[in-house]
Amino acid sequence: MSSWQIIQQSLPLFEKGFILTLWLSFIGIIGSIIVGLICSLLKYFRVPVFSQIAAVYVEISRNTPLLVQLFFLYYAFPVFGFKLNAELCGIVGLIFLGGSYMAEGFNGGFDGVSKTQVETGKAIGLSRMQLARYVVFPQGFTLSVPALAANIIFLIKETSIFTVIAIPELTNTALDLIGMYYRSSEYLLVLVIGYAIILIPLSIILTLLEKRVRYGAFGN
Amino acid sequence: MAHSGINVLFEGRNLIRLFGGLWTTVEIAAVALVLGLILGVILGVLRTFPNRLLRLVLRLYLEFFRIVPTVVLLFLFYYILPKQLGVNLPANQVATLVFALWTAAEMSDIVRGALISVPKHQRESGMAIGLNRLQLYRYVLIPQAVSLELPATINLVTRVIKTTSLLMLISVMDVINVGQQVVEANNQKYPTGVFWVYGIIFVMYFAIDYPLSWWAKRMDKKRLERANG
Repeated sequence: MSSWQIIQQSLPLFEKGFILTLWLSFIGIIGSIIVGLICSLLKYFRVPVFSQIAAVYVEISRNTPLLVQLFFLYYAFPVFGFKLNAELCGIVGLIFLGGSYMAEGFNGGFDGVSKTQVETGKAIGLSRMQLARYVVFPQGFTLSVPALAANIIFLIKETSIFTVIAIPELTNTALDLIGMYYRSSEYLLVLVIGYAIILIPLSIILTLLEKRVRYGAFGN
Repeated sequence: MAHSGINVLFEGRNLIRLFGGLWTTVEIAAVALVLGLILGVILGVLRTFPNRLLRLVLRLYLEFFRIVPTVVLLFLFYYILPKQLGVNLPANQVATLVFALWTAAEMSDIVRGALISVPKHQRESGMAIGLNRLQLYRYVLIPQAVSLELPATINLVTRVIKTTSLLMLISVMDVINVGQQVVEANNQKYPTGVFWVYGIIFVMYFAIDYPLSWWAKRMDKKRLERANG
């Protein structure tokens, strides 16, 4: 069979993997943003106990590889009667990893708001809550956009690691096909194109978004 | 507690084997980092040169390594080097090569970012006192860029170390692969051993990465304080 035929025949399978990659990334990113925002707010308002728990979580999650986290969830937890199916494990793992990256992104934004702004707010008598609502958050979110954008791309790429727990996303589809038919070049080409279709437009959109919020922030 | 899962670690040579696997992991990461960081600095400097074609080529190199996930990069090199180019390397060396090229791509962007954020008057003053390009980079731009780029570089190092967990996918005998073998061999005797084996691997990665990222964070904080007065 010619290379072109090989590719054509594999496309339906790749399409399934493609959609699964998109879907898992989407849920993972939304979940990560929620977890990250919660952790970041706990830190910002210095909520006792919870902010320390969040800090420990962030360090653990940031300093260990997703693959090991997934192995833990998928192979080690069932020993104690805590069994999740592969896709749920993938999503939980991705959110566990992404939550800390997003939290750091938000923290960076909030910390980046200049001291003059905060002090001016205090000087006109804003409470901590008002300061957050009217001064720190609007500027802080804007400042965190580049980090969040980088995290989104990063998390989509991390879904390729799901292949180790046999979730049939893009990478897993390609590796399965290579295992069955030994046509590595063709399938790898489709695989790279698959990721390019997701990531090239997305990175262009995110760059435009960054420019736009920078315009909103500084008016230049 | 005779059959508690944690004993799987002390059974036979299991613990020594795990540390042996960790050594393979660290070795590959270290070699790839040294090669990648050096190449990355060179590419980063080249990316600040005015030659358009050169900049375009290096930019494409960066974007390729940014867009393709590392898992896929590993398989690309693992399958395509021997098949299309006739280069047969052991999996360890393929992995080292991939990580080095990937590190170089990311590093080139860090270096370029730091170089162009050195204030313009520094470059111009250097040129005014008659420094040539080599001297300008050597005495003016690179020393100032280094302090700017150090936290980002350390973060890149922690990322590369974390990414070495993917080595098992191309059957390098890294710490995770050894861990899997230990789990499989002792599954009958220690049903909960899997928890402890993956647990210790988890701790190993954390023990390497946490001090590094703590250091990077502290430097970033100091810089922010200096910038904010």
